[in-house]
Amino acid sequence: MKKIEAIIKPFKLDEVKEALNEIGIQGMTISEVKGYGRQKGHKEIYRGAEYVVDFIPKIKIEIVVEASVVKNVVETIKKAAVTGKIGDGKIFVLPVEDVLRVRTGETGKDAI
Amino acid sequence: MKIKKIIMTMFLTLLTVPFAYAGQEVLDTGDTAWIIVATALVMVMTPAGLALFYGGMSRYKNLLNTIAMTFVAYCLASVIWVIWGYALAFGPDKAGLIGGLDNLFLNGIGVDSLTGTIPTYVFLLFQMTFACITVALILGSIVDRMKFSSWIIFTILWVTFIYCPIAHWVWGGGWMGEMGALDFAGGNVVHINAGVAGLVLAIMLGKRIGYQREAMFPSSVALTALGAALLWFGWFGFNAGSALAADGIAASAFLVTNTSAAMGALGWMFAEWLYDKKPTLLGIASGVVAGLVSITPAAGFVNLKAALIIGLIAGLFGFFCVAVVKVRMGYDDSLDAFGVHGMCGIWGAIATGLFADPSITKGASGLFYGNPKQLWIQIISILATVAYTAVGTIIVVYVTKILTRGLRVDKDSEIQGLDNSIHGERGFEITF
Repeated sequence: MKKIEAIIKPFKLDEVKEALNEIGIQGMTISEVKGYGRQKGHKEIYRGAEYVVDFIPKIKIEIVVEASVVKNVVETIKKAAVTGKIGDGKIFVLPVEDVLRVRTGETGKDAI
Repeated sequence: MKIKKIIMTMFLTLLTVPFAYAGQEVLDTGDTAWIIVATALVMVMTPAGLALFYGGMSRYKNLLNTIAMTFVAYCLASVIWVIWGYALAFGPDKAGLIGGLDNLFLNGIGVDSLTGTIPTYVFLLFQMTFACITVALILGSIVDRMKFSSWIIFTILWVTFIYCPIAHWVWGGGWMGEMGALDFAGGNVVHINAGVAGLVLAIMLGKRIGYQREAMFPSSVALTALGAALLWFGWFGFNAGSALAADGIAASAFLVTNTSAAMGALGWMFAEWLYDKKPTLLGIASGVVAGLVSITPAAGFVNLKAALIIGLIAGLFGFFCVAVVKVRMGYDDSLDAFGVHGMCGIWGAIATGLFADPSITKGASGLFYGNPKQLWIQIISILATVAYTAVGTIIVVYVTKILTRGLRVDKDSEIQGLDNSIHGERGFEITF
């Protein structure tokens, strides 16, 4: 089992969610995060006091899937989230030791 | 029939005797109704207008503290005023400097007492709201770092020893009014006074940790804009109410007040657009206040054309003081009580000496109407106010420091935020 962490632009969330639903991924966890890479921040001015805001709002999507579908899921997220401009984000793939479904107690692949 | 007519006339004449004798003023219900309303309008400027205006500009972690200081200042000044404040400011004059304590606890004033054509109770309540907002304005210079106990003691001392004397000098029969200084609704008494006091307190308290190095975002420009709109609304009571009558001068003050506010907003907006490439809502709201401050001393003395100029210059000058001068000089007048109220108040007092038009208030004419002497009188009154407030505030701050064992919160409290460290509260319950 693998965990996929995708950092994407917030306005792309709906598109990514729809695309994942279409390939059979029925659940995910999202969080609002801030970050920056090569995308520069923006300037805000309050009565002559100028501030550069480095951290840009992003959405992080986390899903746990079977290893066999990782490639397809990553490709789907990438296609839906891309705009071609700096700041599109990154996708990370991590190993997962175990998963448990709280309601039934199922573990392993059955719990995904 | 003729005898009946004579008796009727005599009877009707006798009826008026209890209400008008020896040439005294009579209660005018129109004036009274208006000034009661005006008092309520000025009241809303402090706990609502100013609280939101300043609160929105404070960092989120200090939003409630800023509002609390404003609220408590209003409450303290309200009580001080009706116990000894009114007596000091408007009591029988002593050497042109101060009233006495004859009217302590409003002694000697009753339901039938009149001041001009309105009940004395109404007059003193109207004046009270001015004392309240003047002291509240000062906190704009020192948000984010003052102990709550120190603010309370400061308020009590400052209203008593600084506000009341100056109010007496200008409006209570003291030397400035006698000299002929023109201050319709409080350019000196309120804005220059509070602005200079704010600067003094800001310098003595010291800069905020991280000032000009760290980003300090306003908690909500939306709240600030709402606050500015409430201030604008209330200011109609502030200026038009200072006519103390429901008459043509009040109407004229109403006209020039709105015009100056609008011009101030546009002036600041254009200056900011050129200088920083973006017109901000904070700038528009600030320009409104700059325009209102400047027209305050002039409201019942200048005509429409003057108001257009006064407002425009207020917007441009206000922006310059805040975005250029303050940044270069480096003092932490946090929310620009000095930059907007102090400096635009000075412009307004000078403008009054230039533009006062005798066709509006008889006997009040400025340089452009052939009376250059008025400008000198205005300058003297400005200098005297600045000097007395500066020195007086320094003394009040020292006494407060001793009484409350230090003015400033400790470093951890300041970094944590005063809403948490002083009040144990949060402004908004924001969940994901």
